[in-house]
Amino acid sequence: MTETKSTCPYCGVGCGVVIETNGGKITGVRGDENHPANFGKLCSKGSTLHLTLSPGARAVYPTLRAERDKDRERVSWQVALDHAATKFADTIRDHGPDSVAFYISGQLLTEDYYVFNKLAKGLIGTNNVDTNSRLCMSSAVAGYKATLGADAPPCAYEDIDHAECIFIVGSNTAFAHPILFRRIEAARARNPRVKLIVADPRRTETASEADLFLQIKPGSDVALFNAMLRVMLDERLLDQTYISEHTDGFAAFQATLADYAPANVAETIGASAEMIVEAARIFAKSPASLSLYCQGLNQSARGTDKNAALINLHLATQQIGKPGAGPFSLTGQPNAMGGREVGGMANLLSAHRDLGNADHRAEVAKLWGIEAVPATPGKTAVELFEAMHAGSIKCVWIACTNPAQSMPDQTMIRDALRHADFVVLQDCYTDTETATYADLLLPASTWGEKEGTVTNSERRISRVRAALPPPGEARHDWQIAVDFAHAIAAKLPLADAARLFPYACAEDIFNEHRETTRGRDLDITGLSYSILESRGPQQWPFASAAHIGKVRLYEDGIFPTENGRAKFANTKFLPVAEAISAKFPISLNTGRLRDQWHGMSRTGRASQLHAHAPEPILTMHPQTLAQLGIEDRDLVTVTGARGVMRLPVEASEDMALNEAFLPMHWGSRFIKGAGINTLTLSTFDPTSRQPELKHAAVNVERAVLPWRLVAMAETTDASKLLTALAEHFDAFEYATCGISGRDKDIVVFRAAAKKPVPQHVIDTLDAQLGLDETSLEFSDAAAGINRAMKIDAGRVISIRLAGDISGQEWLGEWLESRVDIGSLGYRVLAGGSTRPLGSSARGRIICACHHVAINEITGVFLNGGTVNDAQQKLKCGTGCGSCLPEIKRIESCIRVKLANDKPALAELAA
Amino acid sequence: MSKPKLIVIGNGMAGVKTLEHLLTIAPDFYEVTVFGTERHPNYNRILLSPVLAGEMTLADIVINDRAWYANRGVTLHLGKTITRIDRKRRMVTADDGTAASYDRLLLATGSSAVKLPIPGNDLSGVLTYRDIGDTEAMIEMSRTARRAVVIGGGLLGLEAANGLALRGMQVTVVHVMPWLMERQLDQNAANTLQRALEIRGVEFRLGASTTEITGIDGKVSSLTFKSGESIDTDMVVMAVGIRPNVWLAESCGLQINRGIVVDDSLQTYDPRIYAVGECVAHRGVSYGLVAPLYEMAKVCATHLAELGSHYYLGTVPSTRLKVTGVDVFSAGNFIGTKASQEIVLKDSRNGIYRKLVIENDLLIGSVLVGDTSAASQYVGMIAAKKNIASIRGELMFIS
Repeated sequence: MTETKSTCPYCGVGCGVVIETNGGKITGVRGDENHPANFGKLCSKGSTLHLTLSPGARAVYPTLRAERDKDRERVSWQVALDHAATKFADTIRDHGPDSVAFYISGQLLTEDYYVFNKLAKGLIGTNNVDTNSRLCMSSAVAGYKATLGADAPPCAYEDIDHAECIFIVGSNTAFAHPILFRRIEAARARNPRVKLIVADPRRTETASEADLFLQIKPGSDVALFNAMLRVMLDERLLDQTYISEHTDGFAAFQATLADYAPANVAETIGASAEMIVEAARIFAKSPASLSLYCQGLNQSARGTDKNAALINLHLATQQIGKPGAGPFSLTGQPNAMGGREVGGMANLLSAHRDLGNADHRAEVAKLWGIEAVPATPGKTAVELFEAMHAGSIKCVWIACTNPAQSMPDQTMIRDALRHADFVVLQDCYTDTETATYADLLLPASTWGEKEGTVTNSERRISRVRAALPPPGEARHDWQIAVDFAHAIAAKLPLADAARLFPYACAEDIFNEHRETTRGRDLDITGLSYSILESRGPQQWPFASAAHIGKVRLYEDGIFPTENGRAKFANTKFLPVAEAISAKFPISLNTGRLRDQWHGMSRTGRASQLHAHAPEPILTMHPQTLAQLGIEDRDLVTVTGARGVMRLPVEASEDMALNEAFLPMHWGSRFIKGAGINTLTLSTFDPTSRQPELKHAAVNVERAVLPWRLVAMAETTDASKLLTALAEHFDAFEYATCGISGRDKDIVVFRAAAKKPVPQHVIDTLDAQLGLDETSLEFSDAAAGINRAMKIDAGRVISIRLAGDISGQEWLGEWLESRVDIGSLGYRVLAGGSTRPLGSSARGRIICACHHVAINEITGVFLNGGTVNDAQQKLKCGTGCGSCLPEIKRIESCIRVKLANDKPALAELAA
Repeated sequence: MSKPKLIVIGNGMAGVKTLEHLLTIAPDFYEVTVFGTERHPNYNRILLSPVLAGEMTLADIVINDRAWYANRGVTLHLGKTITRIDRKRRMVTADDGTAASYDRLLLATGSSAVKLPIPGNDLSGVLTYRDIGDTEAMIEMSRTARRAVVIGGGLLGLEAANGLALRGMQVTVVHVMPWLMERQLDQNAANTLQRALEIRGVEFRLGASTTEITGIDGKVSSLTFKSGESIDTDMVVMAVGIRPNVWLAESCGLQINRGIVVDDSLQTYDPRIYAVGECVAHRGVSYGLVAPLYEMAKVCATHLAELGSHYYLGTVPSTRLKVTGVDVFSAGNFIGTKASQEIVLKDSRNGIYRKLVIENDLLIGSVLVGDTSAASQYVGMIAAKKNIASIRGELMFIS
């Protein structure tokens, strides 16, 4: 077995991993004990990386389609690159360089990013290069720049160990950044004085851990922060010395605060004035207050203001530039930071330079050895797709991202992709939502195969290392960009590609990038691959004279602004971009599940990551559901101004009234329609240009679809079967698919319709699920019921229930547990809600590492056990620990319910 | 005072079952005399197949031995066929001249196997399958003959085929209809049954009409079909149906409609004469299966005992059989009507096929192969016209 140190490709915590390879295969992954982001820990997603490689779904050679309605066919790299270069060159010749665009990704490595940016801005001469980081971090960037002067999170993870007030807002850290949450849990266990304040529209797993939880209304963050500052002002809790010596703009802002007395804005915020006061006091009086925040602030048409208003709190109380304090933006992607460092966005240039700044453009042109960098601002993500829709951008090159799932307003996005003359997709998988729209698909290397660097949330640069070579003809992302540069340079009167892209390896690119940072806020001229090799991951800045990177910024109170003073942003509350109305009366909030990441193009392949939340479900408060005449687990139709979705609804008192929650992950690979972003809107923040993915106004009504279908089958190629099953989505009013199982993948298909679907649909489905004439079959055609099942050596290996899906839960468990049910004979087809064999339902899987289900955990608590007992007995929460908040929550729920209301326990088991 | 005299003509299952009931209800009511054509005591005809298959012996299938009759004071005449009934004098006469008088007469003359009226049906090696004699003949022939053809894909034919196959013969079943046991099974059920038999080596020719049997030296040698094709064989078993034995009743002037016409008390047009079993026609229906015969026996006994506590209202046609080791059941209208609906279960790997036919929320028919659980409940529901709407989902799985 060989071990290779690298990093996790998911969230911005940037955990170090050790990849285990054996016989040319990645066989395992574990946390790197020496990596300062995680010290050996990994979350449920990181620890299953080796299960996401899906050889069947990997792109291993280029494919090209001659016409739109044809399938792509295998071509050589030479044909692929020549075709792409011809298309791009022809378009540029006819319509200018701004008629093409690059839409890239925060999952690319810094080196990849650098080459793409240089390709667009340095060679082709367009600034139309933007990335999915626009959907993720651009409001955080804009917030930092507006107040502190630079795009630099001033904190480090170790600040969690020193903080005495941790203020989490707009982040379900327990789910989205689990390793940091483990660190928070440890810090709180060590120091009982630490107060955790959480503000969120939902009572999330993070919120349930809080000492003080403010269940705020969607989009009311600025009102909350301003009201907190108003309390601090009124109660003389501000650091007036710091304000006067190190900041500008407070006077103007103080005038604004007149409107934000807690009593006046409590209703807007949705939390009581007392709670707002309490939060303000804890924050201001704490020796060290650390704010952790994420998409709840960023994905908003007021995202810049939300970020800035929170930073205002830190400036006004000097909760910045000291251990345990500061506004700490948690990054959503593994290398959104690195992408910004190389200027890989439509408004940026290398090393945090601004495209709008002529001096910066000149500096970069000089560094690159070209005449000039174009001055015309590039199109940011939403604008880029709108321009495609309008026809002004005709060719698009998409790399390492999946806009047909992740962009808001999918109806518009997909129209735009259809409307483009030529779509190139460079990706490691062949079956993402976006692949459907690609005219040319270029196979890229992926995690475990790539070399380069990434920067995590705390400005720490880590090496990404290859454990294996790329499969088949796949190439590294930067290589593909270089190859394309050569191909297009041969067709247009452009600069000499060989001179501009002289790289033999990723390190050459890093070294060029490093030089661009000289004298900048992120100066890393002291850093090299060999230092990263010998001394491990390092934080920036790390200038040439430095021995170590800077742990924490602004300790001297000097900010990277013109006068060295931070600026108070005069932030004012503005409501959400799409207000609820009589037609769309429900506030839809989107967010993350614990075991999925982004559009599921990677996590969606590991069956054990589906166990915790097996299907897309809408969550609403039971009282709101009752008012709408909807029952728990009913199917509902969610209608917005831009699209419709159908899915089951679950009642939860964690929700506020008249609000709904939908996980962000599910795209058209997994659910009928264009995925959850069919409901979101593309309205964006005027400064950061980040769209409001977090909130939309919708209507929710019961979907009367009495004819149900559930199919589950073991498979050796889940990706392929999922793709095949997704073809059936349109035959139903509601349809979704996913994976379950542990030792073997089981693909699950769920659907509903008004009346039975045509028999040929079921026949095709059956054939795909391996159901044939040797299977068991039960049918009551007049009642629309048909059940089929394949049993092999006493074990269920494939099930299809149509019309009546009762019994699906225990049938699914049989399939998964591979229990011998041969003695039941055809009675396995009986359906019904009473399970045979007298065994009890396990319920939802809570612990992904040890596969422990909710009913097993509640069993321990009902017998008076503690969380510790459950961990001892069931091993739950002893792996990655990502499920611990939920286990604690179940325990406290049961404790309360045992005291109050014993019958209500049944609700928990549901 | 002397007891009234009851004479039972027929020592088969229906007649003796009636007698058993009667002796239970009213042990001393009659002085009973039984005449039987066969020389054997009353035996279970259904179990002739296991005997043919070598799984049972004749001794195993005897229901009532001679002692049974003697112990109950019943006079038993075996090997005597009644040839005349004198209704005026209430006398019967047997072929050997034995005569007896009666106050009540019970006809249980059963039925005979039909022989196809085709050339060669009288060749040596052409048999029917009805009684112990036929069974013994088949067993005997199987010792030397290699190939057998069974004409008739009904229950008896299949049992004969299975038994002969088990005795090492190469057996082909020739059936004129498109599927086996078409009166008891639908096509799916028949196919399921056929597959089970094919696994045991029996071959089938369905939809084949036999036109001629040819022989060499008076012994069967081949069989020719309407299509012109022919197959070689050493033996032909005809199992193409039964015909009620009515000539005795007819000869004494009783009303006949294919069978001896009886009313709901199993009485014939002559109030002193009752009839039960395969020889009767009740409400226009003649039955060939054991369950209705036993029902008739029960009813008839109460009338012979002058209690009249039961009436026979006909039997929902239902079949519950073990065809060559495969459980087979059918009841009611298992083919269905224009307005009917079907609930079907298939487990082909285990040779199971189950169908329930529903009309207006009533169970009207069922056919089950391979697993006949709940068959009696289904028969009950069909007869009782019970509304099954509320248990429709579980109906297939009740046990």
